[in-house]
Amino acid sequence: MRSILVLAGLAAFLALAPATVRAQELTLTIKDHKFTPSEIKVPANKRVILTVVNDDATPEEFDSKALKVEKVVAGKSKGIVRIGPLKPGRYPFVGEYHESTAKGAVIAE
Amino acid sequence: MLGALIIVFREVIEAGLIIGIVMAATRGVFGRGRWVSIGVIAGVLGAGVVAGFAGAISDAFQGSGQELFNASVLSIAVVMLMWHNAWMARHGREIAAEMRQVGAAVSEGAKPLTALAVVVGLAVLREGSEVVLFLYGIAASGTSGSALLVGGLLGIAAGAAFTALTYFGLLAIPTRYIFSVTSWLIALLAAGMAAQAVQFLNNGGVMVVLDRTMWDTSWMLSEGSIFGRLLHTLIGYTERPTELQLVVYVGTLVAMYVLMRIARHQPRERFAAAE
Repeated sequence: MRSILVLAGLAAFLALAPATVRAQELTLTIKDHKFTPSEIKVPANKRVILTVVNDDATPEEFDSKALKVEKVVAGKSKGIVRIGPLKPGRYPFVGEYHESTAKGAVIAE
Repeated sequence: MLGALIIVFREVIEAGLIIGIVMAATRGVFGRGRWVSIGVIAGVLGAGVVAGFAGAISDAFQGSGQELFNASVLSIAVVMLMWHNAWMARHGREIAAEMRQVGAAVSEGAKPLTALAVVVGLAVLREGSEVVLFLYGIAASGTSGSALLVGGLLGIAAGAAFTALTYFGLLAIPTRYIFSVTSWLIALLAAGMAAQAVQFLNNGGVMVVLDRTMWDTSWMLSEGSIFGRLLHTLIGYTERPTELQLVVYVGTLVAMYVLMRIARHQPRERFAAAE
């Protein structure tokens, strides 16, 4: 019960926080269990929206511990992945269901 | 085949750990086997449904449906775990005493088994839907599918064996300590889930606050490794926690502690009536 109060408090804080700057949007495509582009550059210290387009018929899970994202993208559909703000560096990600081929990295700079 | 086995196994052990702990935490409580089974079966059915509607869930709420769904599932589980611990704080000692006297599972009165059945069901639902999607992908891709499918099924079997190992491992704890140990395990489990839930809210763009990374321990223990995943489920290990995750983690532990203290001192009638 107390956690709900904590969440409510944080939600109120969120409402009072200044509006965040509009995030940058980029696209990643999955085809034949591979990511294109396999490396994607994003600005550091900003929130970025990645649209993951899955052109394969089978589902894939965009998974990155480094980016703190786990997102299932159904076959022939797309999913929105919100990342950042990231410190400059390389953040690897994989398609968890086809880890041998589906891999790539976000490069924040 | 080995690849499929590993992928499925590491999804299954997360739910398996939770089931093992729940089983140990309800030791000596009458009817718990039935409730846990109901939780598992409902979870498996739910996993199929969630997997089937993965696309629709993902598209809901401007593409944040999946994140909101996961955050909700985790939040419900946290509340249920709190309820269980509060109840155990009140009645655990009596049950332990009974078990010592009779040496068997004998306990009367209403038990918060529904709460734990829900926790088990939700854990199976969350991890299970990923297994279903993965196996569906294998089945749909045809060639060499059968070997992978066998790998997947072996992964489930290995996960079940792991659950049994967790359970019997916890049973080795002397009766008089078992409820304090499982209460702590459940408190840490709940704190980890709460921290995970707020990260889903952040990913969904709903709660974008205190999102700076506090530290990075990926060099020491990768969250993707089997041991990292176990610790992630068990105590909420996160290689790069955000400020908000840390606040919510500590907040949940404190809330749990306060709740258990209150429950311990509450007159029995009031608490029994609440059920």
